[in-house]
Amino acid sequence: MKRVVITGQGTINALGPDVAATKEAMREGRCGISSLEIRDVERLAVQIGGQIKGYEPEALFNRQQISLYDRFTQFTLIAAREAIGQSGLEFHGDLAVQSGVVLGTSGGGMQTLDENYRSVYEDGKNRVHPFVVPKLMNNAAASHVSMEFNLKGPSFTVATACASSNHAMGQAFSMIRSGMAQVMVTGGSESMLCFGGVKAWEGLRVMSKQACRPFSATRDGMVQGEGAAVFVFEDYDHARARGAEILAEVIGFAMTSDAADIVMPSKQGAARAIAGALQDAKIAPEKIGYINAHGTGTAANDKVECAAVADVFGHHADDLMISSTKSMHGHLIGGTGAVELLACVMALTDGVIAPTIGYEEPDPECALDVVPNEAREANVDAVLSNAFAFGGLNAVIALQKAP
Amino acid sequence: MTDNVQEKVIEIIAEQAVLEVEDVTLEASLEDLGIDSMGLVESIFAIEEAFDIQVPFNANNPTDSTFDISSVSAIIAAVQGLVATRV
Repeated sequence: MKRVVITGQGTINALGPDVAATKEAMREGRCGISSLEIRDVERLAVQIGGQIKGYEPEALFNRQQISLYDRFTQFTLIAAREAIGQSGLEFHGDLAVQSGVVLGTSGGGMQTLDENYRSVYEDGKNRVHPFVVPKLMNNAAASHVSMEFNLKGPSFTVATACASSNHAMGQAFSMIRSGMAQVMVTGGSESMLCFGGVKAWEGLRVMSKQACRPFSATRDGMVQGEGAAVFVFEDYDHARARGAEILAEVIGFAMTSDAADIVMPSKQGAARAIAGALQDAKIAPEKIGYINAHGTGTAANDKVECAAVADVFGHHADDLMISSTKSMHGHLIGGTGAVELLACVMALTDGVIAPTIGYEEPDPECALDVVPNEAREANVDAVLSNAFAFGGLNAVIALQKAP
Repeated sequence: MTDNVQEKVIEIIAEQAVLEVEDVTLEASLEDLGIDSMGLVESIFAIEEAFDIQVPFNANNPTDSTFDISSVSAIIAAVQGLVATRV
């Protein structure tokens, strides 16, 4: 089996337009959640989100590109440019055909859907722009990344709600590990902060109107975010041969299905995914120093997740750190695992553990070290990133320091 | 009205081709102007929006259509015809 390393990362999210700004915000425990600035916001019961403010697509894309790129595709390309730029890779010849792109998204081109449904239903128009379909399709972002960077190998999009990015990165990892690909561009993106996107979530009545406070006894729900993060996963031998800077090593991945309930999480399903990732990575549970939690800030997720971690790690659950960065960037749904992997890489490369901000009061059902409110310096060798999706689909990824 | 149609169609085509209006000649074909199949479909959409007409055009077989797209002047004539019969 091939070893797999990360040689580039990029992002745009509510905390910043790139990795440096995002890491700085995570170190400072800054909150990117603010009042939503979207059309008809006054008709929404939930009016906050991790929205990217001051975003000017015209500065990054030409008119023709904007007519073809939904906001989730634009975010993906911004993150991909940063990640591939950092990796120093150029895709020609054999490398191009042995490299691909697998991305996660849940809603795909939801802004495009929202705008055009408005146009035909609300405004009564009988004609839509010719590019509505190529703009809204879930695989648009993956396809545009493949075109911009000449990635001709295995490429597709994964949609497993809140676990989409972790499932996508798990696929990328498996493909390189098995020798199917040399380099995979992977991660995920979401842009659901439009009237219909927020209204749909409102319906479930699991959204907070104030803040995302994971693990705090005072938590009252999740807060949506938007953005993307993209990574370059590369065959270790390939990376070493070209003298690439290696950020971290991907060592394990596991996915499970609860096969139980369409929205309620299951401790057993989550625990099997966590234990599965450790087993796949062939490391002892005691080696894990940090877990980036799924930590949505809902009553159900946080207590089930803590119970699953306690089950898998036993006494070591009290020694490891577990934080939810959703408290800062919001829940990016299909893109969330990707943005959260940035916190995992930061823990390994910078020795800084991103905090769970907005934490007010301990909850006996979440009695773990959740790194409340302030980032912490710590030397960790191996980390996990959890994602537990609606539909009971769980995906956990394990990283360790660069070899 | 006839002149207005010509002016507006040329404006739409120029924008699609990323050219100045003066550089769009009546004899030119869309291919000459560097407009591909996607650009053609977008131009037709813009024409429909501008004149509130339905252009009979199927992208599966662009040449086998009653809407002549062989040159800028042919497109203008076809649009003028549709505008004239508009109810």
